Amino acid sequence: MSESKNIVLSCRNVSIRYITGDLKSIGLKEYILRKLTGAYSIQEFWADKNISFELCKGDLLGIIGTNGAGKSTLLKAVSGIMIPSSGNLYVRGKIAALLELAKGFDNELTVKENTFLRGALLGYSKNFMLEKYDEIIAYADLEEFQEHLFKQLSSGMKSRLAFAIACFVKPDILILDEVLAVGDGMFRKKSEQTMKEILANGVTGLFVSHSLTSVRKMCNKILWLDHGEQVTFTDRVQECCDAYEHFLTTKRLPAAHEIPVYAAEFQKKTAQK
Amino acid sequence: MNVWKKLTANSIIQKLAQHRFLFEELVKRDFKRKYKRTVLGMFWSVLFPLITLMVLKIVFGTFFGRSIPNYTIYLFCGTLLFSYFRETTNTGMVALLNNAPIFSKINVPKYIFLLSASVSSLINFLLSLSVFFLFCIFDNISFSWKMLLLIYPIAGLTVFNIGVAMFVSCLYVFFRDMRYLYDIVLMLLMYMSAIFYSTDAFPPVYQKLFLLNPVYVYISYFRSIVINSAIPDWQISVLAIVYPFIALLFGCLLYKNLNRKFLYYV
Repeated sequence: MSESKNIVLSCRNVSIRYITGDLKSIGLKEYILRKLTGAYSIQEFWADKNISFELCKGDLLGIIGTNGAGKSTLLKAVSGIMIPSSGNLYVRGKIAALLELAKGFDNELTVKENTFLRGALLGYSKNFMLEKYDEIIAYADLEEFQEHLFKQLSSGMKSRLAFAIACFVKPDILILDEVLAVGDGMFRKKSEQTMKEILANGVTGLFVSHSLTSVRKMCNKILWLDHGEQVTFTDRVQECCDAYEHFLTTKRLPAAHEIPVYAAEFQKKTAQK
Repeated sequence: MNVWKKLTANSIIQKLAQHRFLFEELVKRDFKRKYKRTVLGMFWSVLFPLITLMVLKIVFGTFFGRSIPNYTIYLFCGTLLFSYFRETTNTGMVALLNNAPIFSKINVPKYIFLLSASVSSLINFLLSLSVFFLFCIFDNISFSWKMLLLIYPIAGLTVFNIGVAMFVSCLYVFFRDMRYLYDIVLMLLMYMSAIFYSTDAFPPVYQKLFLLNPVYVYISYFRSIVINSAIPDWQISVLAIVYPFIALLFGCLLYKNLNRKFLYYV
């Protein structure tokens, strides 16, 4: 346990199960009918199976995988929104999870009201919000829209506001789900800059991204998921990204030991081009 | 789960302070959203009970009004408390599901949405209550120190409402049929609450059966204090504290059991 001092997040054999085909999907009448006739059965669906990884302070983990690989579900478990069906999850420090931020706003309220509500949800104090409100609106470039209804904003504005509110979090562990890519070109630059500043402060980060370029640039560890299974967890980020890109073209999933082979093939192919 | 998480006194106080702000904002939101885009706005929460009262008075006034003294106030006690019960449980029922987009993205205690819905209903209730007191003045009801005792049934009903709201909102996440079932329950309960009639016409045994209806207990507590200026008998006083306790117990138990499953059903 000599290393344990530095470990801020440890995920051991974490599995998350969804249940389908029960009440939720069939309704009360069908449920009673099927119970009576004995035709009732539920299907299980494992969104994540036996995922294990450990992060030390300052690590940046990139989580990659195709759609439906269980990335977002895993992040929900780490952030405490979901409880794993089995396995252990140890977290040390304050977590901030920025998941699909543009959702969960209230369309009928104004921009200002929504800003305060979101601030409260993210755990900011009232004084903090009063103090930072102008700064948030200025950052999001929404000065003229403060009293507008939230639904009148364009989707780009919505995500800009979401990001602007969220970037004041001061967590020990930061969880990001594709929030790096928001807004138009100018705002994207600004947001990436802010993100870098937050991450430079010794935060441990987990982030899901479909942009391999940013994973390669930022992460020092990588977790590859596929249909809920862990393909690999490694600190050889470049190699793993290469292998993943090769997998994206060939559609054949490598076993853990095949990853260097895949990476090599990918390198060969890019060299040819 | 978080064995490494330090639960220092400082962090707990911090957490409470954080949630207080969230709570405030949620109450504000629920309140604003209720009257958004209405011309009369908050005035509705005063107007609606008055209209209900008027309708009942017109319909039942000649029929029951003669045998029941202070019939307007008698009716008002019934509609006031029953609407409070109906509103809290109805808005509470949908509170969990409607806020699912929030708690499936951000880790906040889910019961906070229930409590904030209850508090905005309480504010509405207090508005109607002030109109109720105005009516009492018009109807020459004498105000004695006993009026202060009304805090007791109000507090009891508030806790009872929260307990019931908790219970039905948990069920509503799993069975959307709850909304319709609960409407039927509410209608039945309304007719069994002796809102526009008096239980005196029933034989004593049946009168006791009314006490099985928690809302009736609070209504008769109110009537006893306001109209007769008398402290209700011990049965009603005891039941007024037993019912909230039972409701809260069942509500919390169900919530605690299902709490972690909500996310799979929203």
